[in-house]
Amino acid sequence: MAPHIPRRRTQALFATVLAVGLTAACGGGGGGSSSSKGSNNAAASSHGPITFVTGKDNSGVWAPTIAKWNSAHPNEKVTLKEQSDNADQQHDDIVQHMQAKDASYDIVTVDVVWTAEFAAKGWLVPLEGKFALDTSKLLKPTVDAATYNGKLYAAPFASDGGLLYYRKDLVPNPPKTLDEMWGMCSIAKKKGMGCYAGQFAKYEGLTVNAAEAINTMGGKIVDSSGKATVDSPEAVKGIAMLADHYKNGDIPKEAITYQEEQGRQAFEAGKLLFLRNWPYVYNLAKTDGSSVVKNKFGVAPLPGVSGPGASSLGGHSEGISVYSKHQGTAFDFLKFIEEDAQQKFFMEKGSLAPVVAAIYEDKDLVAKYPYLPTLLTSIKNAVPRPVTPFYPAVTTAIQDNAYAAIKGDKTPEQAVKDMQSAIQSASSS
Amino acid sequence: MSTVAQTRRAVPRRRGPKSLNAGQGRRGLLLVLPTIALLGVVIIYPVIKAIVMSFQKDAGLDKATGMFVQGGYAGLANYKHWVLQQCNTPTGAVTCGPGTLGGQTYDALWVTLFFTVVAVAIEMVLGLWFATIMNRTFRGRGIVRAAILVPWAIPTAVTAKLWFFIFAYDGIANHLLGLVGVQPLLWTGDAWPSRFAVIIADVWKTTPFMALLILAGLQVISSDVYEAAQIDGATKWQTFTRITLPLVKVPLMVAVLFRTLDTLRIFDLPYILTGGGGGSGHATTTLSILVIRQIRAGFNSASALSTLVFILIAVVAFLFIKFGGADVIRRPPGTAPKRRFWRRATPAQATEGN
Repeated sequence: MAPHIPRRRTQALFATVLAVGLTAACGGGGGGSSSSKGSNNAAASSHGPITFVTGKDNSGVWAPTIAKWNSAHPNEKVTLKEQSDNADQQHDDIVQHMQAKDASYDIVTVDVVWTAEFAAKGWLVPLEGKFALDTSKLLKPTVDAATYNGKLYAAPFASDGGLLYYRKDLVPNPPKTLDEMWGMCSIAKKKGMGCYAGQFAKYEGLTVNAAEAINTMGGKIVDSSGKATVDSPEAVKGIAMLADHYKNGDIPKEAITYQEEQGRQAFEAGKLLFLRNWPYVYNLAKTDGSSVVKNKFGVAPLPGVSGPGASSLGGHSEGISVYSKHQGTAFDFLKFIEEDAQQKFFMEKGSLAPVVAAIYEDKDLVAKYPYLPTLLTSIKNAVPRPVTPFYPAVTTAIQDNAYAAIKGDKTPEQAVKDMQSAIQSASSS
Repeated sequence: MSTVAQTRRAVPRRRGPKSLNAGQGRRGLLLVLPTIALLGVVIIYPVIKAIVMSFQKDAGLDKATGMFVQGGYAGLANYKHWVLQQCNTPTGAVTCGPGTLGGQTYDALWVTLFFTVVAVAIEMVLGLWFATIMNRTFRGRGIVRAAILVPWAIPTAVTAKLWFFIFAYDGIANHLLGLVGVQPLLWTGDAWPSRFAVIIADVWKTTPFMALLILAGLQVISSDVYEAAQIDGATKWQTFTRITLPLVKVPLMVAVLFRTLDTLRIFDLPYILTGGGGGSGHATTTLSILVIRQIRAGFNSASALSTLVFILIAVVAFLFIKFGGADVIRRPPGTAPKRRFWRRATPAQATEGN
């Protein structure tokens, strides 16, 4: 019995919402049909209290934001539900609640790489029609990452892009192209330090870095319909670049074990000339007691073939659950977090990269976070990681093969071929 | 037993004592019913559900709508995927290549068995040693016992993170190796260092458990036997092999059984320590890690693999109890099992067999 009621309500809700576009007030008039009770309830309650689900709020941005909303909307109160701070656990937690058709998860925070999976499972309300979201002010890559099959399924909340951290005491002008950067490795060699590192341990970070190398060289992992297109000369060039420079020592041997934190520590200890990492490193490297590079480093966009390289896009979006009973309120709350005031607050309080382009030109913020214009360049040139509902299998395919290729266990050609067939078998199982 | 039954059948049925017996049986059944129901909910139902799911196809993508649709009945396809390494492609089934989970079944199986054999063997030897130390009477015994038990008290996730830092490239492990002139190792990057990193961490963590179980066994050995041996002029080694080992054998084998089953499904330690990585990408991926990875990509196929792992562990447990002398189902005295001709002849023989 229990599972039927929410489903009928949801269906009724859809019907009323899409057909009439009625407000909560006039919902009572629509109740002549067989499921009159459900329809009444659905319409009347499409606004009401909701629960907002997000990963552990370490930077403390959500409590004040939600308090601000709640004081303005006493009848549509938002409750914060924090998950763990581990991305895999957050993913599995959402999956379990969606499979149980749980109406208590109204808005879920979706990592950019989960959007396609959740959308294809039919768990997210497409943001169209009554729920059409104005995306004109948003950065395009963040919107692309939340789009599946031509429909927007989630509202971008915060973005993230890769930056090149460099030692400005050794390299006064940051490299604009990859060739320039690798050329500067002789400086590192003379100083007896490593030249370049990113995230090359076998985990999601390796997918990010391998995808950047492939995309920067002009390759593409999957096309817009989700078909594997990674077996291309461009992708081989990208993987070969990492493999060659690992072999010749420009990328130090231990970098194969680096996640974000180990790379940051090595850079702060003065062991690296260049580091590819996320914006969070900036403040830490400036203020950490153990940092020996406090005033000796700068940030630049990731170098590419002839201009900025293609960063992989990080960040999160907010999706409305199809099982939510108060989708109207949920949508209003999404619009609320896209407003400049909130986006600016996220940046100030939590260093979360805004998804609204204009914020990056805010003078106060730029004075406080000098890397913002660089980050904007990075995100503008960013390519979302493969938008595919089979993302878990695709990222395994990329990680395993890129890892083997960088270590020299297989040729870049073979690695790219194996990625291709592994992605194919994942998406047609 | 059978003779009793025959004599019963000879006498008329429905006699007083029998009905009383039956009533007791019914009451007994009533009393264990809650337990059985609970076990049914938490053990039997999930196992059966997993088996049922393993014959279902994972949701596939409807190309027209881009939405997932239910997969339907799959037959043995999920099992073929893992056992025969068959992957589907647009051009038909092919052998699963590198970078697919299906292609890692046997690598994961060997790694899991390797971990089990090596780690449990080391733990058994060390555990026996620690237990003998803890069993002696000396000053500061309490402190030694507590110190030995500390690793067991630390949660595995914390242990794994601890060893992750120890085995980092700049970590203490490489620093110590440097002192004896060994080049730094990529503990979480190369195949064999990463496997031994997992084994070292596992041994560190679970030897106390082994030692504790063996200690319990040692403490029930009467001191008379040792005194007698001393009077007979037995050496320490003789005392150990002729008295301690045979008498501690049952608790020892139970401890080994527990650890073997634990290690066969080891997940958290390698998952946190190495992420299943190392070597050419999955040198420390155990069967359980593979199952968890597959769960993210599709429950039904993961159910097939977890059913296979379940069967593997059940078989190993069965072999242990049958042949290894891990007598976890202790019978009441006087009801010795019949026709167990394969049971050990002497304790010493069985110990050698293991």
